[in-house]
Amino acid sequence: MKSFVFPEFHIIRDEAKCGQCRGCERQCAFGTHTYDPVQDRLISDDYKCAGCQRCVVFCPKNAIEVRPTPSPYRANASWSREKMEDLKKQAETGGVILTGCGNDKPFRIYWDHIVLNASQVTNPSIDPLREPMELRTFLGAKPDIMEVKTDNGDVEIRTKLSPNLVIETPILFSAMSYGAISYNAFRSLATAACRSGTYFNTGEGGLPKEMREKFGKCAIVQVASGRFGIDAEYLNCASAVEIKVGQGAKPGIGGHLPGEKVSAEVASTRMIPAGTDAISPAPHHDIYSIEDLSMLIYALKEATNYEKPISVKIAAVHNFAAIGSGIVRAGADIIAIDGLRGGTGAAPKAIRDNVGIPIELAISSLDRRLRNEGIRNRCSIIAAGGIRCSADIVKAIALGADAVYIGTSALIAMGCNLCQKCNTGKCNWGICTQDPRLAGRLNVDIASQRLSNLLQAWSHEISEMMGGMGINALESLRGNRDHLRGVGLYEWELEVMGIKGAGE
Amino acid sequence: MPRKRRELYNKEICACSIFGAMNRDGERFTGEGVMKAIANMHVRGNGLGGGFAAYGIYPEHKDYYAFHLMFTGSNAEARMAAKKDFDPYLCENFDVVFDEEIPHRDESTVSDPPLVWRYFVTPHKQGEEATLSDEDYIVAKVMHVNTKIDNAYVFSSGKNMGCFKGVGYPEEIGEYFMLDRLYQAYTWTVHGRFPTNTQAWWGGAHPFSLLDTTVVHNGEISSYGTNRWYLEMYGYACTLQTDTEVIAYAADLLMRRQNLPIELVAKILAPPIWNSIDRMNEKEKKLLTTLRMVYGPLLMNGPFSIIIGQTGKMIGLTDRIRLRPLTAATSGSMFYLSSEEAAIRLISPQLDSVWTPNGGEPVVGELNNMT
Repeated sequence: MKSFVFPEFHIIRDEAKCGQCRGCERQCAFGTHTYDPVQDRLISDDYKCAGCQRCVVFCPKNAIEVRPTPSPYRANASWSREKMEDLKKQAETGGVILTGCGNDKPFRIYWDHIVLNASQVTNPSIDPLREPMELRTFLGAKPDIMEVKTDNGDVEIRTKLSPNLVIETPILFSAMSYGAISYNAFRSLATAACRSGTYFNTGEGGLPKEMREKFGKCAIVQVASGRFGIDAEYLNCASAVEIKVGQGAKPGIGGHLPGEKVSAEVASTRMIPAGTDAISPAPHHDIYSIEDLSMLIYALKEATNYEKPISVKIAAVHNFAAIGSGIVRAGADIIAIDGLRGGTGAAPKAIRDNVGIPIELAISSLDRRLRNEGIRNRCSIIAAGGIRCSADIVKAIALGADAVYIGTSALIAMGCNLCQKCNTGKCNWGICTQDPRLAGRLNVDIASQRLSNLLQAWSHEISEMMGGMGINALESLRGNRDHLRGVGLYEWELEVMGIKGAGE
Repeated sequence: MPRKRRELYNKEICACSIFGAMNRDGERFTGEGVMKAIANMHVRGNGLGGGFAAYGIYPEHKDYYAFHLMFTGSNAEARMAAKKDFDPYLCENFDVVFDEEIPHRDESTVSDPPLVWRYFVTPHKQGEEATLSDEDYIVAKVMHVNTKIDNAYVFSSGKNMGCFKGVGYPEEIGEYFMLDRLYQAYTWTVHGRFPTNTQAWWGGAHPFSLLDTTVVHNGEISSYGTNRWYLEMYGYACTLQTDTEVIAYAADLLMRRQNLPIELVAKILAPPIWNSIDRMNEKEKKLLTTLRMVYGPLLMNGPFSIIIGQTGKMIGLTDRIRLRPLTAATSGSMFYLSSEEAAIRLISPQLDSVWTPNGGEPVVGELNNMT
């Protein structure tokens, strides 16, 4: 059947610059560029281009340019190009449209409508280059009170404390599983997390055995509905365990790692036969209610001897604040909430683009709900989904989060250009693929350095912003909405976030 | 869409003078000296608030809780009406032993004074509240009055102590209540205020108090929003629109309800930095790490120096990077704390020792014969 879909991108090759080195041909796993020996020139097929810009970056002669296709449909406010083409694809295939990355629709990005405070006159701003600026954060349950026994100046703590994770900067790497991403990408995240005093999340694909000793101490291991790769050693080598209930990119949906991506190594890590589809059901089949969740939380606590905090990750959906409260009461030490713009390796486009709520609103609602119930100290909140820069993190913390997960930001640091073709397994940047030829393009030393650099740069910027506000410890910013003002927001939006409008 | 009123927090910012004097032998003295000392720091205030806390002033009623109540209204009648509205609530929940209007000089220069009344009471606990401790009961009632009853505010609620405060320079407030003639205390703490962002009102002056804990404060708490939500979880309603309030409530929570010694409380309000903690021995490191982990939301960030008054105790503390001044001094049994040394020297030229406490390090004066 002839496809009626336009090419998405238009490739312009400067023939005067092109040296026919065929580098672009080798770089593109989608087969966009081919060499024609008769004409001694490279031919590009616009239809195959994913827009990942790999060939543009790696062309030694700067001869290639990839632009959005110039051919327009007749302008129509209702029928956008995307809507028409999605429809055509479905008319041609009869299938669900799959995609990768996070929601790219123009929902209001609240970060961009919130401004931060700074000290003037009455309260000195603090120069982080001269004064200590503390970002250390503890994730886990805190007791209501701390009982101590003092004996002649000697103080003994009587209260039994829950295990907490300690992070030197309030940024963790979000769950991205080995299988969805390449071994090198996975190992880069682990290396950077260990080096930078934070944690990476294994996602639901297990933790390769040879990584456990070295990287377990900075790993949060996930237990998801597919239960891939879980054994006692997996749980106990890590610093924390996370039960994945939902994901911001696809709330209510399970996962599907196609058999082509299940290599021998992925198979052994996930404990499934090589080449078989790895399917995570939509619900956990042992969690149909909150009391079931509680049983799993305590089963994991038993399995890890109550030495590790247990996190529960949910997608931010309409009634999630009440659910969050239930999760705390069910025994979780950390709640990770994943917002509307959270990423994924593969999701039905209709789900990715339409389900869930923005993380900014979710953080504030959950924080307020837990405070009102007097149980905010019994868990930590990690916010995920749509964190793009250090200012987003400062705002997330002032809205009530303890720390943030970054997924998409980490991928971009490693080279991802958000072409949204993760589900194809043909990632030219070597990130979201199991093809050894492609995965080998990602150098662990370089990628992990780029990740550590990002954490360092953002930590510096967070310190600068805190210093400006006259705050020298991150715990004094947490839930401190005094330091936020909204610009261009409706009354109800200010209300949900608990912030004043600018000038108020 | 009509503009609806959101729940908005308010924070008062001030830069001020603070002074405290304590006779550690428990001998009582009038407010004359501290009025003179605080007047010496006149330019640190702007006449929009002054106040005193005095300990040991009601020996004849020392077993009863002394409530100082402020009733507001546009004229004398309205203020009296506010009192009339309040009295039934008081009588229902407390047995009132004695009450009177707090004496004052009408010819004084202060503007727009409210009606200030004192009641000596014992709790009259009934029903579900019968099991509460006296102190928890008082705290609950004070929170109720301050949040639910219009035009009535509790200035102070401890035994054998009281707060006197209002809009004006502190020396004017002292004269208005005749503190130099009518009262003798073993501890006086004083505050002269320079508020910078909200209009002055009598309830917003320092000291802030709950039970017998009073706080006078110079500075601005940039962690107010965080401190406030944490305290609200424990039932403290922040209503007086001033960040100092959170220090009083934090002191009550940590010292009275959780029974932590002042040395630990100081390490919660103004903890050492991680770089220092990481270099301590294992035991200290564990203690301070745990304190910061558990009580991080009570870290008071931003510049402050405070004097906390309690029965038999006076405590001075500055923020951990010491952005506000505090000087301590002793002269015989007298113990002084002040924003400026000159104010101490003015009333006690000969001192045994004078020092500047380090940031985050509490200085504590205690009655020698505390039983």
